Order: sequence, then structure tokens, then C-alpha cells
Amino acid sequence: MSIFVNKDTKVITQGITGATGLFHTKQAVEYGTNIVGGVTPGKGGTEVEGIPVFNTVQEAVKATGATASAIYVAAPFAADAIMEAVDAGLDLVVCITEGIPVLDMVKVRRYMEGKKTRLIGPNCPGVITPDECKIGIMPGYIHLKGNVGIVSRSGTLTYEAVHQLTTRNIGQSTAVGIGGDPINGTDFIDVLKEFNADPETEAVIMIGEIGGTAEEEAAEWIKANMTKPVVGFIGGQTAPEGKRMGHAGAIISGGKGTAAEKIATLEACGVGVAPTPAVIGETLVKVLEGKGILDNFIVKK
Amino acid sequence: MNVHEYQGKQLLKKYGAIVPNGHVAFNADEAVETAEKLGGKLWVVKAQIHAGGRGKAGGVKLARSLDEVRAYANELLGKILVTHQTGPEGKEIKRLLIEEGCPIEKEYYIGVVIDRSSNAVVMMGSEEGGTEIEEVAEKTPEKIFKEVIDPAVGMSPFQARRLAYNINIPKDKVNQAAKFMLGLYEAFVSNDCSLAEINPLVTTSDGRVMALDAKLNFDSNALYRHKDILELRDLNEEDPKEIEASKFDLSYIALDGNIGCMVNGAGLAMATMDIIKHYSGDPANFLDVGGGATAEKVTEAFKIILSDEKVKGIFINIFGGIMKCDVIAEGVVEAVKQVNLSVPLVVRLEGTNVDLGKKILNDSGLPIVAADSMADGAQKIVQLVAQA
Repeated sequence: MSIFVNKDTKVITQGITGATGLFHTKQAVEYGTNIVGGVTPGKGGTEVEGIPVFNTVQEAVKATGATASAIYVAAPFAADAIMEAVDAGLDLVVCITEGIPVLDMVKVRRYMEGKKTRLIGPNCPGVITPDECKIGIMPGYIHLKGNVGIVSRSGTLTYEAVHQLTTRNIGQSTAVGIGGDPINGTDFIDVLKEFNADPETEAVIMIGEIGGTAEEEAAEWIKANMTKPVVGFIGGQTAPEGKRMGHAGAIISGGKGTAAEKIATLEACGVGVAPTPAVIGETLVKVLEGKGILDNFIVKK
Repeated sequence: MNVHEYQGKQLLKKYGAIVPNGHVAFNADEAVETAEKLGGKLWVVKAQIHAGGRGKAGGVKLARSLDEVRAYANELLGKILVTHQTGPEGKEIKRLLIEEGCPIEKEYYIGVVIDRSSNAVVMMGSEEGGTEIEEVAEKTPEKIFKEVIDPAVGMSPFQARRLAYNINIPKDKVNQAAKFMLGLYEAFVSNDCSLAEINPLVTTSDGRVMALDAKLNFDSNALYRHKDILELRDLNEEDPKEIEASKFDLSYIALDGNIGCMVNGAGLAMATMDIIKHYSGDPANFLDVGGGATAEKVTEAFKIILSDEKVKGIFINIFGGIMKCDVIAEGVVEAVKQVNLSVPLVVRLEGTNVDLGKKILNDSGLPIVAADSMADGAQKIVQLVAQA
């Protein structure tokens, strides 16, 4: 198992002929992802790197049977690209693009109501199931197939956590970057639900940051529903109020959305929180050792 | 992006939301001229800086004669105003808003936000005007009313009326208040605002409903489609280092400490500040160099970090994923040579081609301290800065 993507996921790239889209599509192919096509309006009927290009997502889906899409379209046009993918009935849309106007995302969320598509992102590294499918910009080689699920609002911090696990021979089931924007497609709870139901995932790392209350809501959900151990980290403990820390969603406003508040709620709900980003892996190991189940997580070579 | 109160009010006016008559003034003569044109016997002289709490800090004056307008203008212009939002260093007053004085009956609060839990624009109202909404939320949350607005249809008149009734706007002024709210919503969505606060919205004894104050923030990701709003940007209100950084597509925020940070990725950049603090150091800044850390970008980042006189050491923390560590290392070496670095530098590299990257740093002959891990790097820079 795993969540969202696996070796059978058929992926198209929207914005495949742009520099970023093409680069990461090639990387995905190298990793073994089943890339079946690409979309760039006006370039339909051509091929790049042996991948057929279509004018519309609908056309691409019809010709290839694609079930998922990766979006690398520039920010001013990205919301439209998401809606096009939703309209074409894809199961999964992963939007990597950073800098989409937030009111565009408000419209996208309204447009998606009642439709079956799951959107991950925008402004995210993507989603990867090691050795099976990589949709996004994460470096594939740092991952190791295993049974820890990862969900995060940050890209590089996800890599950091993955790296800390892999160097300990602890593998990952799926790593999901939900993105750093205030309005996104998938939140912590959506991913936690999937991990909780996935037989292959046996523990979860959740990486949050300042801004909003998604971590607090996730903490309450974990307390009430989660049957697997969860370890967390919250970035931005030293961030000043009222300043946007890189991510559009990472801002403390009116004294709300602080790291201290999030950490306190997570701990109160039984989530072990790593005190620094350098010990996320170590914190998980300690929790698993405490439960006497660490051995189940070590990948035997 | 923030704008001044007077700019926000001009924008609201275009959408039919009533504001007091008034005009901006850059000197005392302009202030008096404006007051004369406005007529009447009472004027408000308001300091225009990008921070709240101006009234309590003495930045808003009531003038009862043109001489008083002049006196207050002279007093305020050039003064450093310290409010609870400016920090102890305060902000210099360079512009004034001169407005007609209004016979206020009662003050209300109206705010518009993009709500993360409903994924929609929400308008909030309260009859506790003049007080900060956070305070109302804490003490009397039952006095805050919300309308979640469907982006497909926009704000409906019934929602505006309901909000007006809920916050106890007098019956004879409900329609005017509703018209104000609909105008405010239009202004918000048409200009890609990220926040709008009207605190207070007032009713007056001469029968008007209007915005006595206006705070508008705009989504910087949407400014490409609002050139007119972008023109309202006041660079005097921003940190010069942050302005410089934005030219090179670097995300930089100045802090108070003495350890400069250069990191790739916003999440890791925040976490790097945290780990420095964890080891009893003080970060001088947040700086995300982004995914493509070229030599040019790294050089500019160094220059910006070093333009902060408080900086006594620099910590570079890079997780090279797609970006290879050897390329980053070359960029760092090149940049260190260019800027004649004189403070300790600790570099932690991890990821693709990490060994090659470390070798480049070591072979450079430059005083660069290589760190084995993020924790090791943070400890090393804190120690080096403490010794310096």
C-alpha cells in the first residue's frame, strides 16, 4: 500500500515544456514514475523526451488514461491549470507552483466542491512513495521504502526528516508536502486519515510551522482517532509576530498561530515533539523504542 | 504589502464605501491648505505610518483652528512615533492625513479576512469598535459576528444586512451600513486584499455611516495584476535590507540577533533560527535563498546579511536536493572572496554531492568552518560568535 500514489499511478505534467516542468519530469521518469504525457496549450501533437504533449488535460486523459497530474505552470495561470485538471476528472492533482494569489485559491476550493479530485499543494514539494512514484521536486535518492508516513508544510524540512530516517535505516511509506500557502487542497487531517487507514504505514512524522491553526486541529484529531504513534516538529519558534516567514501562510497575527501554542497542543494530545529540527528522527526513534517496536521499522538490507 | 490609511480610504471611496473628507499633506502649509478647503471648525490631523496604535501614541490630534492644524502638523512631521506595533525604534512621520472632524455617535468594528478553515473570505463585525479585535475575541467572543462569503456569488445584501443588525447598527442606518460592507467586500476582492480592518466604523449624528480608520493589506503574490496598488508602496516604511533582498528574489526578514543565517527553503530557514536560539545564540535574520542558490544569489545574500552591523558571524545551512552541494560550495567560495568576509562562517551542507562540496570548501584556503550536521553547525557558530 502507501497513500495517494503508487507504481500504478499514471501521471501527466501540466507545463511540461517549461524549464522547471521538463527538468522535474525527467527526474521523475528517472526515478521510475509512470509519466504518460504532458500538457502545454499550443504544443499538442509534439513530443518531449519521448513523452507525448497535448493541448488540454481532457485530451491527455483520454489518450493516456492518466489518473494524476503534476502542475508546474507559472503562478498567474496555475489556478486555471488546477481547475482544468479537476474538470478532467483526475484522482490526484499535485500543484508545485509557488506564489498563486490566495483569492485564486479561494475560487479553486469553491470550484472543487462536490468533485472527486484531491489537490495537494500548492507551493509544495509534492508527494513520493519511495521506489514507486515521485510527483514533485524532492530529491528521490534520499528516500528509503518503509513504513513511516511523513506530512509537512515545508519542503526542505521534509527532506531533512527523510534524511534523518534513511540514515538510520528507517524507511518511509509515503511523504506528502501539503505546502506553505494559507489556502491549500489537502490539510494535515486529510493526510493523517489516510496514513491511519494505510496498513503499510505504522508511524507518522508531522512537520508544521507558525500560522493558522491546522496543527492544533490535527492534534485534536490525532488524540481522538489516531492508532499509530505520531511525532511532530513545529518551525518558527523564534519568528516575530506580523512577519511572513517566506511561506505565505507562515505568519503570526494577533498573537495567534505561534509555535509555542502549537507545540503545547500537540504535546497535550500525546504527540512527541522534537525540540530542534536536527532531532526529528531521533525523537521518533525514542518513541518507537519506548513502545518496543523500533525493530519493525529498521529496513533490513 | 501595506498602504497608508489615506490610500486605503481613497480606494474604499471608489467602491462606494463612505469615508470622511480629507487629503494627505507632506508639510504644514499643505496641511493648512487642505483644512481650509475642507472647511468647518474641527479637523483631525493623523500621522500616516504603517503601524496601528497611532492614537494612543499621540499620533492623532484634534485641531479647532487653522493655527492648531499648523501647530500639530509641525509637531508631528519628522517626529518618531513609537506605538505597540512599531517596536521601540518607532517610525518617522513623513505624511499626515488631514480630515474633517465628525460628530461620532458610536464606534463599530468591521474586518475582512481570508479564513483558512472555511477557505473563503469572511467578514467580521462587532459593536465593540475602537478596541482591538483580538481583545474582543478574548473577552467577549459572543460579540463577534461572521459572514462567510461564497466566492462564486460574492457578498449578498442579506448577509450585509444581517451583520449590520447583529452588531446593533441603529435601524435607520442599517441600509447605509450594508452598502458600506458591500463596497468594502468589492474593494477587497477586486484588489486582492489579504486583510481589511475598519476600526472604527462610525455612525454620526449627521446621519452618516463611515470608516474613521482603514487598514488594508494586499496579497504580494497578486500585485502583478494591480499596478495601481503597487504604486502606493512606500519604501520609507520598509527595512532597506528587505527591499534589497526582494530585488534578488531572496526572502529576507531582519531580526534583532547577531548570527546571520543563509538557508534554502522557508521551513528550514525558520527551523535554523530556532536551533540557533536553542543553543543560546540569537539569529540576526530569516533568509531563504530559494531552490536555485547560484553564486550571484549567495553573494547578494552575503552582502545583505553583512550590511546589518549587528552580525558577528554567519551560519549557512543548505540541504542540497535538486541543487547539488558542489555547486553551492563553489558559490559560497566565490562569494566569500568577493565580499572579503571578516566574521566567522560556519557551513553545513547535506544532500547531493556533499563530499565534493565539503572538499571545495576545505581546499579553498578560506577560513570556512565545515559542520557535520545542523546541530553541530549551530553549536559551532554560537561558540565562535561568543568568542569574538
